[in-house]
Amino acid sequence: MTEELIIAGFGGQGVLSMGKILAYSGIMQDQEVSWMPSYGPEMRGGTANVTVIISDDRISSPVLTEFDTAIILNQQSMDKFEESVKPGGVLLYDPNGISKHPTRKDITIHSIEGASLAAEMGNTKIFNMIILGAYLEVKPLVKLENVILGLKKSLPERYHKLIPLNEEAIHKGMDNVKNL
Amino acid sequence: MAELKLMKGNEAFGEALIREGVDGYFGYPITPQSEVIEYLMTELTHERTGMVTLQAESEIAAINMVYGAAASGKKSATSSSSPGISLKQEGISYLAGAELPCLMLNVVRGGPGLGTIQPSQADYFQATKGGGHGDYHMYVLAPASVQEMADFVEDGFDIAYKYKTPVMLLSDGVIGQMMEKVMIKEQKPRLTDQEIHEKHGDWATIGRIGGRERNIITSLYLKSDQMEEHNQKLQAKYKKMEEDDCRWEEIQTEDADYIIVAYGSSARISQKTIQLAREKGIKLGVLRPITLFPFPKKPISELANRVKGFLAVEMSAGQLVEDVRLTVNGKVKVEHFGRNGGIIPSPVEVLEAIEKLIKE
Repeated sequence: MTEELIIAGFGGQGVLSMGKILAYSGIMQDQEVSWMPSYGPEMRGGTANVTVIISDDRISSPVLTEFDTAIILNQQSMDKFEESVKPGGVLLYDPNGISKHPTRKDITIHSIEGASLAAEMGNTKIFNMIILGAYLEVKPLVKLENVILGLKKSLPERYHKLIPLNEEAIHKGMDNVKNL
Repeated sequence: MAELKLMKGNEAFGEALIREGVDGYFGYPITPQSEVIEYLMTELTHERTGMVTLQAESEIAAINMVYGAAASGKKSATSSSSPGISLKQEGISYLAGAELPCLMLNVVRGGPGLGTIQPSQADYFQATKGGGHGDYHMYVLAPASVQEMADFVEDGFDIAYKYKTPVMLLSDGVIGQMMEKVMIKEQKPRLTDQEIHEKHGDWATIGRIGGRERNIITSLYLKSDQMEEHNQKLQAKYKKMEEDDCRWEEIQTEDADYIIVAYGSSARISQKTIQLAREKGIKLGVLRPITLFPFPKKPISELANRVKGFLAVEMSAGQLVEDVRLTVNGKVKVEHFGRNGGIIPSPVEVLEAIEKLIKE
């Protein structure tokens, strides 16, 4: 199994940390992982993206132009990455702030109202965990228990008290993802 | 205890310096390798092992601190990115001339000049052909994974002390910035003053213990015959490196008709191209130089006797390709594919270049 994934959105949405948690989750189940951020002159409010690869085999290129899955969290990223999903692949996006919705017919499209669900839960910081939950529902490649272990690994100890809230957000995402 | 971690290449390099028992790191921050000094500062190296981590006032100061520390038998290291490495060139030439062991990391960014912070491999000439003045070489290792960013710290210091020579890790923004899992080795103890005396007492300037003859660290030989003799000694060292310590990796070359020569992140990208090419029935292999100096001439000239062509893939306008051409020496065609200015070539683009090479 090899999953080649891009997560793309605004800086500050937790794109990079979501990728990091996924990468840790892969390690927890003895898989090979790579996490390659766009590290250009990015800033809060600017675009940010990360390529994550989880594989049973040695990973060749950490840099890709085609993906099995694209998680898209703003319009700029939709414009840039809709076309880079492999035929038969998956596009998962948050419709919030999207003016031009995806139109491709040769891929599976899912949506998750991450921003509004996070607002409902009263904490916009767990937005990325809702998205992560939706992804895990669509592509259950890493086990939830390993994601929780991954969370523990990537969060400093002083934030471990927030793990139940993150878990709740993941479930929220799992329960609310829509297949379009 | 050895540990499995998820780390950026730059962080893995930093952790490996600590575990190697390095005495001093002297640096100055510059993207895309600022995580090295940031990591070392956060890890409180002095509390952990007694290792000094010092942010110098400039790259020039940092490389001369390395010179001073290395001269006193201390294990010392620095890191920077392209424009910063240019500033260090005088110091590097002096380190090579004075035969001082040390480790340097260049996380290459696009140039020339201030350039861009995006990845590049355009410092190949600088690293392998000099950069500083005079007839010298550094031993140059090219990591292609986060694991190698850590492992080459130990390998690099082994070579640095074996030959009393500066060693460079030539990396780039991809390897420095990406995270992969990495097995970090056990902590080695730093050498005590007594151990430094025993191991390096014959050359290091650590005080005239026991009233012995003084050790002199210098690259200045005003008499031409002495200077020539010193140069010959250095050249003999480089020849020995070539014979004994040249490293490379061959990936699916056994049945290959065409060979990509690529190092670092370009080698990773090219491995993906192998997969794409073989799906199309093209027998493609990759020869990855692990040491850029010494250059793996032997396996390349052997391959040149049985393959149809070579493609050098690099994030530069064509530097590595010159060494491939010199080695292949006209036996078969050698072409170049490169992107520059911080653009990372895609595996598909590399495949197109291979298809073009086959057609021509």
